Formats: sequence, C-alpha cells, structure tokens
Amino acid sequence: MSDNVEKYIKRKTYKGTSDEISDKFVDAGLEKIRACINCGTCTGSCPSGRRTALRTRSVIRKALAGDETVLEDIDIWLCSTCYYCYERCPRDIPVTDMIIKLRNIAVEEGQILDNHLVLADDIFYKTCHGVPANQPDQQKWRDLRESYGLPALPPTVHSYPEAVEQCHELMEMTGFRKLLDHAREVKKREKEEQEKQEEDKKDE
Amino acid sequence: MSELSKDSQYKWRYGFFLGCVIPNRYPMIERSIRDVFDELGAELLDLPGASCCPAPGVFRAFHIPTWLVLAARNIVIGEELGVSTITGCNGCYGTLRDAWYDLEHNPEEKKKVNEYLAKVGRKYTGKYEPKHIVQGLYLDMGLDYVKDFIKYKFTDLKVGVHYGCHIVKPSDKRPWHGQYENPQFLDELVEITGAKSIPYKDKFMCCGAGGAVRTAVKEVAADFTREKLMNMRDAGVDIIINCCPFCHLQLDLGQVEVNNFYKDIIGEPFKIPVIYITQLLGVAMGMDPNRLGLVKNHELSGVSPFIPIEPFLDIVKEQI
Repeated sequence: MSDNVEKYIKRKTYKGTSDEISDKFVDAGLEKIRACINCGTCTGSCPSGRRTALRTRSVIRKALAGDETVLEDIDIWLCSTCYYCYERCPRDIPVTDMIIKLRNIAVEEGQILDNHLVLADDIFYKTCHGVPANQPDQQKWRDLRESYGLPALPPTVHSYPEAVEQCHELMEMTGFRKLLDHAREVKKREKEEQEKQEEDKKDE
Repeated sequence: MSELSKDSQYKWRYGFFLGCVIPNRYPMIERSIRDVFDELGAELLDLPGASCCPAPGVFRAFHIPTWLVLAARNIVIGEELGVSTITGCNGCYGTLRDAWYDLEHNPEEKKKVNEYLAKVGRKYTGKYEPKHIVQGLYLDMGLDYVKDFIKYKFTDLKVGVHYGCHIVKPSDKRPWHGQYENPQFLDELVEITGAKSIPYKDKFMCCGAGGAVRTAVKEVAADFTREKLMNMRDAGVDIIINCCPFCHLQLDLGQVEVNNFYKDIIGEPFKIPVIYITQLLGVAMGMDPNRLGLVKNHELSGVSPFIPIEPFLDIVKEQI
C-alpha cells in the first residue's frame, strides 16, 4: 500500500483535528458524512444561506474535522430544514439530517438558544403541544375555536390529562427531562460566569 | 373497526391528526378540513390524547429519540382505531411520515421504541401509512373523484400556490415517486376549481418558518417570506393557496411582520389573502362559507387571520 493511500484515502480525520464529532455521526448511522467532497451544492441550494451566514458546506466540513465551534455557532439553527441540500447532494449524503444531528449534539452539550429552551421546556414539555391553547392567557384562541363551532379545546392532550402524563413518562425514559435540566444548568453556569467577569471588570 | 361496513355512508376513514397550529391558532382550517372531507365521503375520527407530532425541525433537533417515540405514540393512537393518521400540516406530515419510514427501515429502532411504549401499555406496528390531506385528496380519492363535487368554477382567480417543503421532501420518504423539483399535484387540485395557478419565481422556496428558524430569529424567517411575497406580487397573484398551517401562519402573520421589518425595501405593504386548500375547494363545492371558516363570527382581536380575506370573499361573491 502506498503512503498516499494511507495518507489521503484511508484517513478518517483531517490533520490536526479530532474525530469526536464525525464519530458521533457514525454512531448515529450517518456515516455517509465521510463521503462529503465539499462541492458546495448544499450551499448553492440553501435559501437560508442567501440571507444569513449559514454555509452548509462549511458546517459539514467543520463537523467532519471535529471543529467544535460549529456547535456554538447560531448558524446550525438558521437551517429551515427545507431539504434541498438533502435532495441535491451528488454524494447522497442526508445533509439536512446531519444538521439535525449536529443540533442534537449541541443540545447535549447544553448549547441551546434561550428561545428554544423556553419552547422546549415551558411550552412543549409542559403542555405536550408546541403551540398550546390551554394556558390562562390564551382564552382568545379557545373563543376563536368556539366561534367556528369547535369545542374550546381540541381532542388532543389538551382534553386528556392522562395523555400528558403518558408523554411525560416517555420523555423521562428517553432522557429528555434530564437533557433539559442539564441545558438549564449549563445556561445558569454560563450566566454566573459572565456576571462574575463583569463584576471583575468593574473592580478593575 | 378498520373495515368500513357496506352500508356506511363513508368511502374512506382516517384518524384526523390535528397537530398544534391548526387547532390552536387556525381553527378555521380544522373546520374546513372536517367539513370538506365529510362532504367528499371521508370519515375523520378523532385521535384522543394525540400530542404535538413533535415538530420535525425543532423538537427533533433537540433530541431525536424523544421525537421518534412521541411520533410513534401518535401513530399508534391511529393504529388502535385501525386507521391511517391524516394531517393537514406539512410539519406533522414530515414527522409522522419520516418516523414511520425510519421505523419501517430500522428494526432495531422499532424494537427500542416498542420497549418504551410497552411501559405505557401501547404497541407500535407500523401497519398504517401516515398521510397528508392532500395525499388523501389526490392519491386516495383522485382528481376525477373530487372534480365531480365541484359545482361552481372561478372564472378569473389568479393563485400563487405554495407547497411548503415537507409535503414533498425528503422525497425518498414521500409518496410522490421521487418528484420534488417541480411537483404539480397541488396546482392540479387548485385548478379543478377554475382558478389559475400562476407561475412565480422560486415557487418551491421555503416560507422560512420551519426548522426552528422562526423561534430562533423571526427576522430571518420573515426575510424568506419577503422574498416569496415579492415574487408572488410581481407575478400578479390574487390570493395564496397553501396546504400547511405553519406556512399559512408565516405567510399570514409573517406578512404583517414583513410589512413592519422590511417596510423600507418592499414598497407598498403586502395584503395578499392566505387561503388553505380545503377552504378553496369547499367554496367551489358550493359549501356554506360559514362551514369553511371563511366568515368571521366573533369580535375577538389579535386572532387569525391577520391579513383580511375579504378580497377573496368578494371574488367568491362575484364569480361563484
């Protein structure tokens, strides 16, 4: 075997980087990421990239290279999951699914936007609806339903408290509750550190 | 339960998966789906205790295993009634359909999901394919069947058709034979009413709301919408027709946001009525606009629709 095969073809990680993130893709059955040749078809097809700094090609490249800054950047949260990159990738990489998986890894590390944590915990976990209508300040939406001849609350979890409990049991089993608590803790710690830094600055 | 008896007045039976945005923000869409499907001979059963699908771009992005098991639970509620779930929302369709597809192709995942579900007394089989109401209309009933119910035709109605993303993509998990670049099925459904689907630039572009973007940065979502609205206006559309309540929200409430955020670059503020596909079909079927959620029977403020639909009702009055 020539040195080149060893050096360029069999290599799993880019020189000077780790394979930590790309290995997580492999664990998740998304090993196709290694087939990425950085052609940029994803970036060229991306409606978000036309107006934001999201460059899907760079995101995938960074993930492949184990560059963890990709998890902290807001870019991965600006993908609207339109699936054009997934459809058009000439190497058949499920690109959009990669971005979703990257977000999972970010959340695991406690990297989640404040708005998303509120949505995940205070709305979705609490009510089991992403957009509820049963909160005290949501009378107008219940009235609106009734104005169209529908019951004030739909026959969903909103009408079946035991169904909410069942969803909570499932979310406990999958570790979702723990994940949210961890994210809250990371956020709290970060905030405290930031406050401390500001205090220190003032003292100087 | 699953088999319709011979003397049933219905030809089809589905479990109506409501999701969140339809029942809780755009109940007029729920009204119109229920009544149009009933008129067409399709029975919609309630799915008691169904939860958020959960949303494919946001909750799946937080934790895939949680997304998968809750999606499976929702599909199971239909299975227990012996029916396919059917939804009017592209997001719910994305979740239910992707979860079903993924579980059908991954026995290990299926086993794991069933271990979780067993602990709450439920079992997932995957026997029934999750569907979208457009799939029900176009593939189960068929254009010719639906066409027979059309009593009145529009003579001059220019429609900007917006598909949304997840009804066609990912195409390997959808029933449209891999077609995703230039689908026609929704245009065909629109055109049986006599309305004309007007081509416009980047017609298949995303509305901007999905994938957690609207929650992350509303201005970015609205910028997608701005581009779509400008392209539709340039093409001269009278109304927008869509088949997803989240796109519907983004094109309706988002229109107000675009008029606000981008007032310096859009010229005239936008005021294009946003109508859901079953509302359009229903009026052409001669149904009472009240049954289609097209008539406001309340004095509530700060509720949908946010862009007045009266211009559409005027066209209906004139032409139908």
